Amino acid sequence: MTQTLTKRAAPAGRPAPARLARAKRRRHRLLVLGLMAPAIIGFTVFFIYPLFATVYFSFTRYDLITPPQFVGLRNYRFFFFEDPNSWQSVRNTLWFVVFMVPARVAFALLIAQMLTRIRRGGGLFRTVFYLPALTPPVAATIAFAFLFNPGTGVVNRFLAWLGVEGPLWLNDPQWSKPVLLALGVWGLGDILIIFLAALLDVPAEQYEAASIDGANAIQQFRYITLPTISPVLLFAGIIGVIQMLCYFTQAVVASSLASGQATVGGGQGMYLGYPDGSTLTYPLWMYQMGFKNFFLGYAAAMAVLLFVVAMAFTAFLLRRSEAFVHGAEGAR
Amino acid sequence: MKRLAVTSMAVLALLATSCTAGGESSEDAAPAPAAVKPAGAVTFWHFFVDREAAAIESVVKDFESKNPGVTVKVVAGQDDDKMRQAISAGKGPDVGLSYSTDIVGNFCQTGAWRNLAPYIGRDKVDLNALLPIVRSYTEYNGVRCAMPMLADTYGLYYNKKLLAEAGFTAPPKTLSELETMTQKITRRKADDIQVAGYVPLMDYYENTPAHLAPSWGARFLNDEGKSNISVDPAWKDMLSWQKQFIDALGYPALNKFNASKGEEFSAANDFHRDRVAMMIDGEYRLAFLQAQAPNVEFGTAPFPVPDDKQDRYGAGYVTGNIMGISRGAKNPEAAWALIKYLTLDTGALVKLANGLKNVPTTDAALKSPDLEVDANFQTFIDILQHPKSETSPSTPNGAVYQNTFQEWIGAWASGKVPDLTAGLQQIDKDINAALQLGTAP
Repeated sequence: MTQTLTKRAAPAGRPAPARLARAKRRRHRLLVLGLMAPAIIGFTVFFIYPLFATVYFSFTRYDLITPPQFVGLRNYRFFFFEDPNSWQSVRNTLWFVVFMVPARVAFALLIAQMLTRIRRGGGLFRTVFYLPALTPPVAATIAFAFLFNPGTGVVNRFLAWLGVEGPLWLNDPQWSKPVLLALGVWGLGDILIIFLAALLDVPAEQYEAASIDGANAIQQFRYITLPTISPVLLFAGIIGVIQMLCYFTQAVVASSLASGQATVGGGQGMYLGYPDGSTLTYPLWMYQMGFKNFFLGYAAAMAVLLFVVAMAFTAFLLRRSEAFVHGAEGAR
Repeated sequence: MKRLAVTSMAVLALLATSCTAGGESSEDAAPAPAAVKPAGAVTFWHFFVDREAAAIESVVKDFESKNPGVTVKVVAGQDDDKMRQAISAGKGPDVGLSYSTDIVGNFCQTGAWRNLAPYIGRDKVDLNALLPIVRSYTEYNGVRCAMPMLADTYGLYYNKKLLAEAGFTAPPKTLSELETMTQKITRRKADDIQVAGYVPLMDYYENTPAHLAPSWGARFLNDEGKSNISVDPAWKDMLSWQKQFIDALGYPALNKFNASKGEEFSAANDFHRDRVAMMIDGEYRLAFLQAQAPNVEFGTAPFPVPDDKQDRYGAGYVTGNIMGISRGAKNPEAAWALIKYLTLDTGALVKLANGLKNVPTTDAALKSPDLEVDANFQTFIDILQHPKSETSPSTPNGAVYQNTFQEWIGAWASGKVPDLTAGLQQIDKDINAALQLGTAP
């Protein structure tokens, strides 16, 4: 048996309610689209198009001037099997991911926790700890290079006063990355402020209840503070990893200064990663290959790999977050 | 919705492949058949700043007064990266000036700078006015896209006071003399070097393989453009000499001394502060010394040579500033007129040479009575004209071969490379792989 549904014709001269609703919906969609247009255009022009272009260039020999020529997987083969610096740059970048991100998160959390306990002068201390984050990275790195100068720097003078011979810091492959780590920790104001807000947001009654139940400070931190601020920790972790995968400015300034070539364009290229390649991060090598050696296609391949790794890292952290982020299941 | 997504992606992929600088097919117009009077505005980018930029500005003003219809917009402090990106976007300057001859291979091959041959032929410019070595580094594979605007030559600077205190009155001519003098001049406090005679580390200022190569006659690339480093025995000789010299002075002490050096292009340069007695540097150091450390008593000489290669004494490394017309230049005729003036006019070259303390690149300018020449500057003029002076070869990928080698030398100097021959063979392999990456499929 078939059933035929017929719509009742609308009286002449009056639009049907369904048509009216459709027109309203269309207007609403157009309005939404119009309001979103700037964002959509920006996203397309500054993200989607460059992304597609980069993927395309990664399969070409491209020098920015002449038309790109398709070379298949040659750029990727060179990266994995022939480039003498690619794996060193990967190792250096991983070092920053492994040490810098946890160090910044841990110190920021510790300082934020202390700031929540301060009864007097809290505003002053918040300002003091946040201020370094406002320093431009180039200026901050120059300041650190002066502080850690092996011959004239304050740090080694202080160590000498204590009877300790200071290392060569930025000029020593063993110490160059730890100095940059110190620089990163010094400028942790950006995540500190987020942690501070999150900590102040933890309901005080939970601590009161825990105290009544006999929980000590560590237990309160472990079972109340950490679970409550876990989404913020996850955010800081993801942002930190992405920042470290793109670590460039501080490394290039530090290596140029340490090599004594900071003001010379030609020398700058020659000494990226100084000393002994210890500060040659992945983005630095990508820049060197793209803009100094004119391998734009190869640099594009490196950028694609970086994008894939950053996405994979983020996806992994987000998936794993269910295990430790408070309320993550509910959010899904 | 699915169809929309597929269409969007196809459009984006098409955009990615079409909206590239290289995709533009517009050809630059050929020069006028006969020489024309230049007119209109010209944009001129150069890398100089401060004192050196003022010297350029002054000569550009002379050009404008000699060519009343032309106005030159000078933009200082522009490096090669910016220029390249601007050219790629079709916004390049009419005239660009670079400090690095390393870009010549790339700029000539890709056409980032126009081929100047039609202008040179039309105006019957005699390129023999330029010294042969200068001609060699301003063209690539027969394409002349650049003209030389003064040269940089490298020689030995020595501090007369420090040498005299150690009992020396003349600079070293051989490497063994350099070593002996260095040992005697070097002053230590405990294990630390306070004053160095000479610092053989390859990352000490201008002490680079390229700048030292002419003393040994070492060649980076062979005639086929492949890496020659493990094949040419001169490199092995140079590196062996360097290593034993470093070991004799003590790598840790040298490394510590090097770590405390002052910034190269500032008053803190070690040579300006009597901290090092001898070092290799370009003739431009004369002007820096005059401006930043006028009280330093110094002399200049060719860099010492191996004891068994004394016929090479007097030779040195040569490079220089280069100029070219950007692809897509809006006023190429006036641009060419400016380039001709700055690179071939004797009066302009002499004025620039006197202002920048760089070596002129034409015979006429070198012989001009107006060229301010003292004994220290004469050293660099002689190095430029020495038949065994050399420059580094151009490749479409800049100085990739030099950078690869230089990075490896750091490991070699610190003793991390156990087998020199195997290390050099690996360098050849790495360089050839990189050069191969830049070739057409």
